[in-house]
Order: sequence, then structure tokens, then C-alpha cells
Amino acid sequence: MPNINALEDLVIQVRRDILRQVHKVNSGHPGGSLGCAEFFVALFQEIMHRNDGFDMNGHGEDLFFLSNGHISPVFYSVLARSGYFPVEELNTFRLLNSRLQGHPTTHEGLPGVRVASGSLGQGISVATGAALAKKLNQDTQLVYTLCGDGELQEGQNWEAIMYAASNHVDNLIVTVDYNGQQIDGSLDDVLSLGNLRAKFEAFGWLVIDIKDGNDLSSVIAGLKSAQEHTGKGKPICVLMHTVMGNGVDFMMHTHAWHGKAPNDDQLAMALAQNPETLGDY
Amino acid sequence: MKEYIDTGKKDTRSGFGAGLTELGKSNPNVVALCADLTGSLKMDDFKANHPERFFQVGIAEANMIGLAAGLTIGGKIPFTGTFANFSTGRVYDQIRQSVAYSHKNVKICASHAGLTLGEDGATHQILEDIGLMKMLPGMTVINPCDYNQTKAATIAIADHHGPVYLRFGRPSVPNFTLADEPFVIGKAITLTHGQDVTIVATGHLVWEALEAAKTLAEQGISAEVINMHTIKPLDTVCLLESVAKTGCVVTAEEHNYLGGLGESVARELSQNNPAPQEFVATQDTFGESGTPAQLMEKYGLNAAAIVAKAQKVISRK
Repeated sequence: MPNINALEDLVIQVRRDILRQVHKVNSGHPGGSLGCAEFFVALFQEIMHRNDGFDMNGHGEDLFFLSNGHISPVFYSVLARSGYFPVEELNTFRLLNSRLQGHPTTHEGLPGVRVASGSLGQGISVATGAALAKKLNQDTQLVYTLCGDGELQEGQNWEAIMYAASNHVDNLIVTVDYNGQQIDGSLDDVLSLGNLRAKFEAFGWLVIDIKDGNDLSSVIAGLKSAQEHTGKGKPICVLMHTVMGNGVDFMMHTHAWHGKAPNDDQLAMALAQNPETLGDY
Repeated sequence: MKEYIDTGKKDTRSGFGAGLTELGKSNPNVVALCADLTGSLKMDDFKANHPERFFQVGIAEANMIGLAAGLTIGGKIPFTGTFANFSTGRVYDQIRQSVAYSHKNVKICASHAGLTLGEDGATHQILEDIGLMKMLPGMTVINPCDYNQTKAATIAIADHHGPVYLRFGRPSVPNFTLADEPFVIGKAITLTHGQDVTIVATGHLVWEALEAAKTLAEQGISAEVINMHTIKPLDTVCLLESVAKTGCVVTAEEHNYLGGLGESVARELSQNNPAPQEFVATQDTFGESGTPAQLMEKYGLNAAAIVAKAQKVISRK
């Protein structure tokens, strides 16, 4: 069993990392990042089998692709705190000559990143390709990807969703950050996804719900359930219901903090709600 | 002047298919993806011989590019196949982010490029693809001239680590390069030596340039024909050496004069050896339906057009 308390401490520290990164450069995307803190901690600390160090080909280990690249602050924080690069490097987020670009990229060689993302809708395709390569290589490890719910408005996703089911890519787990918000407002106001579960199921996927995607134990349980369903002929979709801005009361339940950084006072309030646990970078 | 013999007309896409067949045997990491045009791309052999390494993706090119990018993670060398239009313009952002910016070892193989696609018309006749692809940092752009060279190029790009755009076509054209001639990316081939004008051609226009050189020779004009099969990286050494000798250049390509080989040549010359240049290319226009020969005639992409431009550029020296 995981030490939930230790992981909870890490979640809080990751929230601080997110807030401090975006505050320093007065840009970036805190809302979605905060909403996925539990997911990233669970995935990298409990769920994925990861080799030491970083090798692009990732033979014999699970792979992760971030499709909604704008939530880079949470990705960078958890990568750093999982040992891929020094946590001090979080100080360079979005700065000139940094490996921590606004959106994640392989271009500067940041360990842990396997493809650039930011232009939305491409991650499921790439993850599916990597899953096909694993099958060719008789590598039984899994491929994970995270995409935003709003991102599913991009048509390429549905090409990939159709392909993965049709070709029984059953070593693939796609998690949807189902927070119901996007830049211009709620998903239902901008462009409704309708019944997302029914859509994935109609395409031939097995769908698992994580009803509280900001409850660490629920996320771990949901992802473990997803793991158990791999290898049975269907790709797995995890609909992870999250709250954008989770953990900072004034950032929650709104799209207002999708792409806006807190000012000094707001940062102080947000950090006060998330006291330092493992040490700031 | 050196004579080149047409050993029989063949389509360059079949050269691609033959090259892919060879790679299937020689390189177990090569995989192929196709968006519902397996026959048109001549990928049937590879599919039949290596079904486990062939991915039919359906009419979904954006996903195909993403799948290819992902397949490189794990050491595969993906070759994607569809028409040039759907290989580039339709999936530009996917190539830009998931392949070029991510420096993935994907080979984007594009048939039916240019006007010679013929009767299907302008929706399918992309004349902008060289420009689109050469503008992507790190992208290699290759447009071989005949069956043998397309086959050799297909085999060669598997050994080059990095994204490549390989452009070829549908019509049967003279096959005149040697079957055993090695293909070196970025190394242009001087086909005829001359003193009066340099003709830099790529793709289907290389044979037309050789025909033009014969006509020019009859007029007492000695033309140096360069097969610039690689548009990026451009063989600037070969280009500058030739133009230093001849003092003028005609570029010839089945592509818009904006963004194509001609522009790459002009940029190089403007910086290092300004010289008169004429462009055999489409003039910022879409194509239309017609037979390949009719279209090449109407849009000025044949030997006669090259001869006229050569005469003109020499007069400007």
C-alpha cells in the first residue's frame, strides 16, 4: 500500500511549485495544473513502472505523454520531484534559455519529456504510436497519456480514438482531465462534448470513471483498475473528474485561472492554504 | 555533352515502393503507415511481406503523423505514405510539433506531387509542399528525378536520423539514372558540364532540363545541368561553383516559384554570388484538370520552357 500521507505532502508541495512557477514569470496555466496534481503524483509515484534515468525509447518501462501541454507547471514539478532533473531548475520556468519552455518540448533535451505538446489534440495519436512500438518490441509495459476535456474538441483525437479501438491497442490508458472548463468558459457553453462516456464506448473503448480526481486514493484506485483492464483487446479511457484550480479556494470552480498567474497577494493567500511540506525549490 | 539514355518510362512512386520493399528485407526497424492509398503509393509489397510492420490508418492523416511520431519512441523508423497534398498542407501542424520540433525520425513520403497528378485537378495538385516542408527547422527535403533515384533515396533516408520529406509523383517518366548509383542526401549531381548557363532542376524537371540542354547545344549554347535532388540542405558548393563559371542560372521545378527550389537558389546566390536567374515554376497559381503533358505545357514546365528561360537569362548576363 502506498504511504498516502507522504504522497499527500508531495501533492501540496507540487501545488506550491505550480503557483510559484507561474507567479515568478507572471504567465502560465495554474488552473489545469492544480486540478491534475493528484493525478501526476499518483502516476509517477505509484502507478508507472519507470527505469532509472531517462532514455527516449523507454524500453521496458511505462511511458507518459502529456497532450494538453499548457499544464506544464504540474508536469515539470512532478518530473523534478521524481528525479528527472534538479528541482532548482523549476526556477527557470518560461525564462530565456531554459529547458522548461512554456509548453513541454524535447527540443532542449529536458529529461522526462518525449514529445512536444501545446498545439492541442496530438497526444493520443503519439501515445498510440508509442503503444504500437511497444507491441512490436514485445515490451509489455504500458503507455499513458493525459489530455484535457476541452482538447477533445480537436478532430485528430477522434481519428486516434477510432484507430486505437479498431486496432485493439490495449496497452494504452488515456486519462481525460474532465474539469468541464476551457479558456472561454464552461465546455457546455463553448462546445459541448455531450455524453463523453458514451462517445468513447461507442468508439470501442473501455471507460473507467474516477469520480473525485482530486482525491489521491481515488485516483490511485482508478488508475490501478485501468491497469488491470489492459491487455484485453480494448484501449482504456479514464474519465477523471477534477476541479480546475483545486487546492486554492479562490481558483476553484472557474475557468478564470486557466491561463492567468496570481499576483503577489494572491500568491501569498494561495501558499498559505498549502503550507510547505517537502521544501520549496 | 554526356548522353543519358531513357531505359524505359517508369513512375517515381514505384521507385518508392521498390525501395520500401528493399528496406523491409534489410532493416527490421522500418515500419510503414498509409492513409488508404496503399496501391497508389505502391506499398502493397511491403504490406504483403511485413503485415506486422504495416499500419493502415484509414483516411486520417493527422493521426497517421502522430502515430508515426510515437512509433519512433521505441526505435522504429516510420515511413508515412499518402498524396503530397495530404502529407503536408493537411497535417502541417502535426508535422511541425510532433515530428519536426520534437525531432522525430519520421520519413514523410509523398506521391502525386505537383501538376502531373493530372486529371484529379487542383484540389490534389499541391504546388506548395516544398516550401511548407523546407521552412521547418531540421527537415530534410528531397525530390528525386526518376524511378532509380527515388528507389535509392528511399533506401538512403532510412539511414539518416531525423525527419525527411520525400517527394515523388504519379506519371511515368524517363528512367535514366543508374540503378547502382548511390544516393547521397544533400549532394547534387552535375549531369552535364557547360559554360554558358547553369540549369538547376529537381524532380520530373531534371529530364526536361537534359532535353533542354540538347536543344541549347544545337544552338551553340553549352548548359550545365545539375540534378538538385535535395532541396534542403541545398548543395551550395555545387551551385556556387557552377554559377561562378556560367554566370547565370535557370531553376526548374514542378512547384510554385514562391517557396520552392528557385527561391532557395536565389537566396544562396543573393548572399554569395548575385547572378541573373530565371524560374521555371508555376507562377503563384493553382493547377487544373488535364493530362500531365498538357498541364506541363500550359504551365510552362517542360524542356521548351527551360530553353526559353535559358536564352533569356543568358541575355541578361
